Amino acid sequence: MSLHTFAAYVEDKPGVLNRVASLFRRRAFNIESLTVGHTEQPGVSRMTIAVEADDLTARRVEAMLYKLVNVLRVDDLTARSTVERDLALIKVAVTPTNRTEVMQLADVFRARIVDVTNESVIVETTGTEDKIEGLIEVLRPFGIIEMARTGIVSMSRGAAGISPNPPLVAAEVREGAPA
Amino acid sequence: MKRTGAQIIWESLQREDVEVVFGYPGGAILPAYDAMLDYPIHHVLTRHEQGATHMADGYARASGKVGVAMATSGPGATNMVTGIATAMMDSSPIVCITGQVSSGLVGLDAFQETDVTGITLPITKHNYLVTRVEDIARSIREAFYIAATGRPGPVLLDITKDAQQASYEFDWEASAPRLPGYRPALRALPAEYEKAITLINSAKRPLILAGHGVLQSGAMKVLRDFVEKAQIPVAMTLLGIGCFPATHPLNLGMMGMHGEAWVNHSIQQADLLLAFGTRFDDRVTGNVKTYAPKAKKIHIEIDPSEINKVIKADVALVGDLRDVLEELSPRIAPGDHEEWIDHINEMKGDSAVRDIQNLPDTGHLYAAHVINDLWRHTEGEALICTDVGQHQMWTAQYYKHDKPFRLITSGGLGTMGFGLPSAIGAKMACPDAEVWAIAGDGGFQMTAAELTTAAQENVKVNVAVINNGYLGMVRQWQEFFYSKRYAATPMKSPDFVKLAEAHGLAGLRVTERSQVEGAIRAARETEGTVVIDFRVAKEDSVYPMVPAGADLHEMIRRPRPRIPLAKESDAPEEWEMATK
Ligand SMILES: Cc1ncc(C[n+]2csc(CCOP(=O)(O)OP(=O)(O)O)c2C)c(N)n1
Ligand SMILES: [Mg+2]
Repeated sequence: MSLHTFAAYVEDKPGVLNRVASLFRRRAFNIESLTVGHTEQPGVSRMTIAVEADDLTARRVEAMLYKLVNVLRVDDLTARSTVERDLALIKVAVTPTNRTEVMQLADVFRARIVDVTNESVIVETTGTEDKIEGLIEVLRPFGIIEMARTGIVSMSRGAAGISPNPPLVAAEVREGAPA
Repeated sequence: MKRTGAQIIWESLQREDVEVVFGYPGGAILPAYDAMLDYPIHHVLTRHEQGATHMADGYARASGKVGVAMATSGPGATNMVTGIATAMMDSSPIVCITGQVSSGLVGLDAFQETDVTGITLPITKHNYLVTRVEDIARSIREAFYIAATGRPGPVLLDITKDAQQASYEFDWEASAPRLPGYRPALRALPAEYEKAITLINSAKRPLILAGHGVLQSGAMKVLRDFVEKAQIPVAMTLLGIGCFPATHPLNLGMMGMHGEAWVNHSIQQADLLLAFGTRFDDRVTGNVKTYAPKAKKIHIEIDPSEINKVIKADVALVGDLRDVLEELSPRIAPGDHEEWIDHINEMKGDSAVRDIQNLPDTGHLYAAHVINDLWRHTEGEALICTDVGQHQMWTAQYYKHDKPFRLITSGGLGTMGFGLPSAIGAKMACPDAEVWAIAGDGGFQMTAAELTTAAQENVKVNVAVINNGYLGMVRQWQEFFYSKRYAATPMKSPDFVKLAEAHGLAGLRVTERSQVEGAIRAARETEGTVVIDFRVAKEDSVYPMVPAGADLHEMIRRPRPRIPLAKESDAPEEWEMATK
């Protein structure tokens, strides 16, 4: 078992997120994180899905995703060199005496302070999950009042985008088949 | 030309070559029903929406066309759920159209509003909530296309009442499917062919597992060519029955939980399994950890998500089975597996002595005899639709099909109540076929109300009720695994003969074996649907049986028969062996 990250391009239609989420629930696949957002193409959304799975299960996840009629393409980014980012907003309890300490720690992690009151600060950070986990660990002793994270988005490095006709599991799309 | 959404539904169905729709009206689908009267499509009023879905399913499986069922919102749609799930598990192409409350009321818990697309999401291949009249034609076209192509399956269209009432320019040509993410036509990779050919040519004990996919891709002929060239014996799944002639010397019969011992032993001893359009259901494999331990596996399957789902494949050829076999067949070397086939035939001999058909006739009525007699008198030519239970397994064992598409049964979901309605649907698809429903006393009662549908439609199907006074298959499990504690399985039934008569149909009762032939003949000669109440032995069990989760070769074999003998010394010597 290891973490697999998939990028799935889906038609931007009502209910598509539900179809994807339902698939994972129904097949008892373990979602670690799922994010959705717009892409460069109108009408197409991109999901980044992180799943705990062994390699054979990961292939099946990919095939199952393809079976959903509204899923346009799926890429397993796990083995590729990728840029991966998660964004977190962390509201930390502070006192006038330790506030500077919190701000300095945030600075070390290249996080930003986006809101300050006498009792709290909100720290904003983007980065890999590891980096964010590290920041959370050092902030925890001060008291975390609230936290929100986006879940990871991921993109492969280099100039290439994702090909228009992705290879399927042990098969290819037959020529002349209706799109 | 401008049409209402309701009219567009029928215009579209006509263009999809729909001849018959099985359904039940209600408020949210009323506009569609009103428009129906102006179109030449025949509507069959069922007595329950479940019946409508099973009829559409039976129609689809018998004809190879898409079956259509229609219902209203809320309870009408939820009544369809069992039939949709049945079609999903057996990859049967049906399109279900349900009315939905008007779009302005969706989400407000309006009268008879149910989230039908939500409920059916995991049991349909795809579904649509159609709220705009301009989307109706395209959605229907897409639904038929999706249902019938690739791995077939049910598609549901939930169409709001206001969309049915609104008007729009109907343009079929402009309503072509737009499905950029749907890829039904896949082709296996060349490298996988090479690997498959090497394995096939070098196998010593190869075996083909032929499933529903053979029938669905129409690969019967090319399978036969392949088998005869490679000389590889064939075992079939329940849904594969008929894809390869029962009387062919290389046909071993059905595998799995109630497969004959020689078939399951052959699987366990094989050195190569060729899985053709089948998905290794747990009723077929038994314990997967000990399944075919010596065999390499070649999996040919149209649905890539089935590859490595249950059994790890050494070679996977993803694609339409017929295409793959057409490519593969000429490239394999002619085979000769005489030793292996002789060995299998030896195993067969042992089982034959245990078979109830080979025992002296004592006049007692056993289900296996009834089905065997039915097979003989209909010359194996009838189209058989079964319900679910012991009678279903006996039918699979004793009604031997040489021709394809003559056995319709709920395999994956095991839906009681499927038999009679699917038979009515099958008969509507194949009016010239002799159609028999074989049902248990339990399952028959689940959808017996459809007798009156048969009467109203003047459809002739014959119903053989295998009446053992029990929910027999469950009783069998209780006998084997719950110390004969028969919880909720003994069952009283109405007088089935009178029940038939109450529907204006003929009913017959058979209590002795000598009456079987006459009853079958009478049923065949009588106009209209006939119900025969076969009062069979009550506590008979289906053998062999692989207990759920046990190793495939760990079968409970047929015991020494319970048939009372005139003298103990009448028992042939082999019986001793049979009891071990
Ligand atoms: C709708 C439904 N409910 C329950 C079951 C569980 N079940 C499987 S076989 C069976 C007994 C069927 O009894 P009957 O129809 O009399 O057939 P028999 O086994 O006696 O031939 C039952 C209850 C089922 N398959 N389907
Ligand atoms: Mg019964």
